[in-house]
Amino acid sequence: MTQNQNSIAQHTLAVLVDNEPGVLARVIGLFSGRGYNIDSLTVSETMHEKHLSRITIATTGSPMVIEQIRNQLERLVPVHGVTDLTVEGNPIARELALVKVVGKGDKRVESLRLAEAFRAQVVDASTEHFIFEITGRVSKIEQFITLMEPLGLAEVARTGIAAIERGPEAM
Amino acid sequence: MARMMTGAEIVLEALAEQGVEDIFGYPGGAVLPIYDEIFKQNRVRHVLVRHEQGAAHAAEGYARSTGKVGVLLVTSGPGATNAVTGLTDALMDSIPLVCITGQVATQLIGSDAFQECDTVGITRPCTKHNYLVRDVNDLARILHEAFYVARSGRPGPVVIDIPKDVQFAKGSYLGANRIVHKTYRPQIKGNATAIRDAVDMIAGAKRPVFYTGGGVINSGPAASKLLREFVELTGYPITSTLMGLGAFPADDQKWLGMLGMHGTYEANLAMNQCDLMVNIGARFDDRITGRLDAFSPDSRKIHIDIDPSSINKTVKVDLPIIGDCAHVLEEMIRVWRARAPQADSAALKKWWAQIDTWRGRKSLQYKNRDDVIMPQYAIQRLYELTRDKDVYITTEVGQHQMWAAQYFGFKDPNRWMTSGGLGTMGYGIPAAIGVQAAHPQSLVIDIAGEASALMTIQELSTAVQHRLPVKIFILNNEYMGMVRQWQELLHDGRYSHSYSHSLPDFVKLAEAYHCVGLRAEKPAELDGMIREMIECPHPVVFDCRVHKLANCFPMIPSGAAHSEMLLAEDFEDDDIDYTVSDEGKAMV
Repeated sequence: MTQNQNSIAQHTLAVLVDNEPGVLARVIGLFSGRGYNIDSLTVSETMHEKHLSRITIATTGSPMVIEQIRNQLERLVPVHGVTDLTVEGNPIARELALVKVVGKGDKRVESLRLAEAFRAQVVDASTEHFIFEITGRVSKIEQFITLMEPLGLAEVARTGIAAIERGPEAM
Repeated sequence: MARMMTGAEIVLEALAEQGVEDIFGYPGGAVLPIYDEIFKQNRVRHVLVRHEQGAAHAAEGYARSTGKVGVLLVTSGPGATNAVTGLTDALMDSIPLVCITGQVATQLIGSDAFQECDTVGITRPCTKHNYLVRDVNDLARILHEAFYVARSGRPGPVVIDIPKDVQFAKGSYLGANRIVHKTYRPQIKGNATAIRDAVDMIAGAKRPVFYTGGGVINSGPAASKLLREFVELTGYPITSTLMGLGAFPADDQKWLGMLGMHGTYEANLAMNQCDLMVNIGARFDDRITGRLDAFSPDSRKIHIDIDPSSINKTVKVDLPIIGDCAHVLEEMIRVWRARAPQADSAALKKWWAQIDTWRGRKSLQYKNRDDVIMPQYAIQRLYELTRDKDVYITTEVGQHQMWAAQYFGFKDPNRWMTSGGLGTMGYGIPAAIGVQAAHPQSLVIDIAGEASALMTIQELSTAVQHRLPVKIFILNNEYMGMVRQWQELLHDGRYSHSYSHSLPDFVKLAEAYHCVGLRAEKPAELDGMIREMIECPHPVVFDCRVHKLANCFPMIPSGAAHSEMLLAEDFEDDDIDYTVSDEGKAMV
């Protein structure tokens, strides 16, 4: 509502769901149908024997909207639980990116030097290109990509955020 | 040892085990094995509708009037898509349905086969949950789970899509008692501390109002009893949404009438001026709140709801209680009795005096006429002449629906079936058929408009075939009345396509369907005709010719606040001269 509009913030939600057909469509359909944002979405089975998948969603909204999103997600029948990692504390959030840089000469050397500084690994190379694998916070990846741009950035593939709560407690 | 059966046998076995006595449906290629099983048994009665939308609304009427899960059975492709309106209606109004759809054989899925559609994809956003059954050994579990999901927590529709090969395949049957849902456990009991806090807030209120909704009806008859008990204990005024009518008796002194866009002056002003609002099983719908930033500005709000996502969705509340209305009310009454709080009687006296002043405005008054039947008068007569009868009312959507809500006094829950959330024209006739199937001896009346009734008029054939003597009481003004009223209000009386030329002769139409047709044109003949309708043992279509340009008041125009109501007395008959803000015009 109006009083909350100033406090729009990004939240990272972890959603534990049954790994069954259509479950991702349910979650995504809820976001599109009700007009919520998805900034990033990652999904993979995390507990094979229980057939449970974990969906990590970064979304933006006022506190009232974030509460709604959480409640709406929990209402879905195959959803086991939703944790707002941002509310619980400052979660560990990491992303992986594969960055293809094409170039020769100084630019090529510079890109390799920057990759070392960012602890990015070379996972594929020819005399004309590198593919770097970089892991880290979103801000670090963004920064790396920006730096690569004048050095021959050709293509980027990113995984989206995987996030987990700090400390010994589990979801 | 699990019993082996075909998929189709499993469907019928599970329905019988779930206590299903009636289902509504329409056959087709992809459900033939199930229809073959229906043919071979007599535990479950099948009511053949004329269109799948009718099956869904009939199942809704059945569910609303009994509190049980309504069941429909339709074929793949168009059968499923035709049911979508009814499914969405049930989702919006929280009605428990199980919809079984046939699907093309598993190996044909995705090949654009004849009468194939992505039923689970299409119905995902309009159901509480849905399933595509790929293995016959999952079928029994899914069927029992579907009933559990449909009726538990906030009820809603569930679709089970069964490919034709799965209906033929043999698999093991599991009884309902062997099924436990993995995840779905809605919270039923309210938080004890919150309930104690609520009782304190209620006891200390100076200008309280109970605002109740369909959640009380869905919670079961016990919830209505407990609501009456609690209102009696507190002596506080009570209003209700369209969906909640009947939970509290309309002839009680504490009843303020319905609230919202066409609610009474006293109900809306009480909401606007209260210092404590106790929302029990309602969801702050836009038809209730009017302009949000002007909604009940000075009140603290308690919200009891079984669905956590209803809390703080549009209106921020001070004290949420998540739980089933009956459980929470029972606990509140217990705490209230144990504490025997002293209410502020001086403040309450003042509050009631204020309410009486608002009541004095007589917001439901209208100018009656001798030469033409006023629609409000027709409802009043219908109410008076059926008061002592075992009567169920369904409606279509529009002016007649609001007049029915305003002028028909409901005393008991589950007697009032109307499309509230989705506002589905064409709901009333099939819904009445569903109600009549559940209550063969009762008087079931669809209060209709001529435009809505025509949307599902073919279901008259269903009523006749199954000897369901429903009464279709049409307030015929030849207009889509509510559309016309809004055009008068918002578009300077440019009645774009809201007048129906070439309407059928409803008496002849009734006769063509082997129903009885009646027509009343003058107020003097109305009572006699209504009596004739009531006493008729067959389905009746009653063409009640009413004043063509009557408007439905009171009204909160879209985008306005509760305190900005339009009353009939403010307007000369047939002439609304009121300016709606541009912002308001954009709202529906």
